[in-house]
Amino acid sequence: MEHLIEFRDIYKIYHMGDTDVHALDGVSLTVDQGEFVAIVGQSGSGKSTAMNIIGCLDVPTSGSYYLGGIDVSTMDDDQQAEIRNKMLGFIFQQYNLIAKLNVLENVELPLLYAGVSAEERHTRAVRALERVGLADKRKNLPSQLSGGQQQRVSIARALAGDPSVILADEPTGALDSRTGREVLAFLQQLNAEGNTVILITHDNSIAVKARRIVRLQDGRVIYDGPADDPRAVVQPEDREEAAV
Amino acid sequence: MNFTQSFRLALKSLSTSKMRSLLTMLGIIIGVAAVIIITSLGHGMQVYMNEEFESLGSNQVDAMILGDNDSSRHVDIEDMFALVERYPQYLSGVTPELRITAIVRHGADEFTRTEVEGVGETYYSVERNTTMEGEKLAKGRFLSYVDAQRQQSVCVVGAYLEREAFGGSALGKSLTLSGVPFTVVGVLDEYADVTEGSGDDVVYIPYTRAIRLSGTTSSEYLFSATSRETAPAAKGLVERELFKIFQDSDRYVVLTAAEMMDAMNTMLDLLMTILTLIAALSLLVGGIGIMNIMLVSVTERTREIGIRKSLGAKPKNIRWQFVIEAGTTSAIGGVLGIALGILAANLLTWILSMVLGSEDSFRAVPTLSGILVAFGVSVAIGVLFGYLPANKAAKLNPIDALRYE
Repeated sequence: MEHLIEFRDIYKIYHMGDTDVHALDGVSLTVDQGEFVAIVGQSGSGKSTAMNIIGCLDVPTSGSYYLGGIDVSTMDDDQQAEIRNKMLGFIFQQYNLIAKLNVLENVELPLLYAGVSAEERHTRAVRALERVGLADKRKNLPSQLSGGQQQRVSIARALAGDPSVILADEPTGALDSRTGREVLAFLQQLNAEGNTVILITHDNSIAVKARRIVRLQDGRVIYDGPADDPRAVVQPEDREEAAV
Repeated sequence: MNFTQSFRLALKSLSTSKMRSLLTMLGIIIGVAAVIIITSLGHGMQVYMNEEFESLGSNQVDAMILGDNDSSRHVDIEDMFALVERYPQYLSGVTPELRITAIVRHGADEFTRTEVEGVGETYYSVERNTTMEGEKLAKGRFLSYVDAQRQQSVCVVGAYLEREAFGGSALGKSLTLSGVPFTVVGVLDEYADVTEGSGDDVVYIPYTRAIRLSGTTSSEYLFSATSRETAPAAKGLVERELFKIFQDSDRYVVLTAAEMMDAMNTMLDLLMTILTLIAALSLLVGGIGIMNIMLVSVTERTREIGIRKSLGAKPKNIRWQFVIEAGTTSAIGGVLGIALGILAANLLTWILSMVLGSEDSFRAVPTLSGILVAFGVSVAIGVLFGYLPANKAAKLNPIDALRYE
């Protein structure tokens, strides 16, 4: 069976003055339909770069990235925009709602760029808001909502376009632990309903909510396996100590 | 993302910072208002002058003889009268017009700047009550055919002499021209501002009397065509006759009133075009103002651009959004400018009617074409100057834009 996401020997190299920084150093990785994967790593591990490439916000220096069987690493700006619109739903740490648009208009945005008719946009956006339990706040501005509510709006926005992959970048980073748990529970529920969810985090306690963990360090994959395996949450330096 | 959505978004974005939007539009508002005021004044002036021309008679044909008229080839006044008699279907009359130098005296008063003109009876039209110059008769009569035939020493005086020399009772009294006494048989109405050397400081005498007084012959003939439509044909007849006399088309100029009007309108159009272009410079400055603010706006909204891109906005969607915002800004500025311009034009009309003190005076009328052009140009300027910032926004890298603080 074809993988939903496939990284083939991906390199991402940044030129910083005279030195080259290998943000991703030969990463190969596959994610299948219906998985819940956490990409974990400390700052500088390359997890953000990985997320940018998965999200078609950036292209690899070399290697191929297949999304739904299509090689997206060589696509131009317009094609990438279309892939983002049709196949990906983003959930960001800072919610990234547009402040001057109301909740409904924010959720409608991806549908607007998809060219969906006004009527259908409205129906689908309301349905997405109902799923996160915020249909009654549709006329509010983001600033009138709590952090947790804003994050739920951004989840609704990610769901509205009916994407193949939900990409959550530190979704609980700006929330208190209780609302953070609610958001994670919601992601688990979405996965249980059959959605593919990729969670990017530095926090092991969050990563274990996923079913599979991919741990990155210095641009390489150092663990890829079930989340309930004890090795999944062992910090690399601990392991080095254990080896000694 | 279609036009109406982008337009509504632009309105929303403008309304969030009204003061800034207004200041951004100011250049466009002033520029458009200036263009409207200038085109209104120009149009008003054209209408006013054309009306004046109409009142003088649009059937007039003016023949001017150039160079000295006393060589072997010269125009005989009788030939001109004969021409009119030969073509009654085209020409209804002719009068010579001689401006002569003569000192005007009444008692001890001397009027050195008074214009003395010798004309025939056709110079004045009874049914329109106006001379070919546009003056109306106030009292008495105008010069008659008999006056010219008998070289009578009679005259018609303008409102200035009536007031200054005769204290309002000139009729029947006399004045001297180069020492020769003339009896006043008619007084003209106020035509200009009744000052020395103005259009009201004038004496008309029979042309035959003027020829004897000055010893020269007429170098200008004013023909009346039977109608406005026959004026071009009448002009052709006069030209043919003059060519027969001079055998040289450089010795005379024949113009119909319509041609004079056209020449004047052409000049006025040119003047207005130049003035409008100067006013349009401020539109250019306004456009640069819009570009400046749009560049700031793109920077401020970098994160929003990043979010939109992450949700699938293509570069052209972002470009379109900012171009429409710039276009909307300048269009609203244009509408405000048009309103301001119309208001100012009406105010000017009111002020001018107060100053000139007559009800049928000059009116500054905004033209539809002027308004449409001003609006079109302001939108075009917004779009043009909005393109650079819009393109900058469209080209932003989505990750950099998303991470922008």
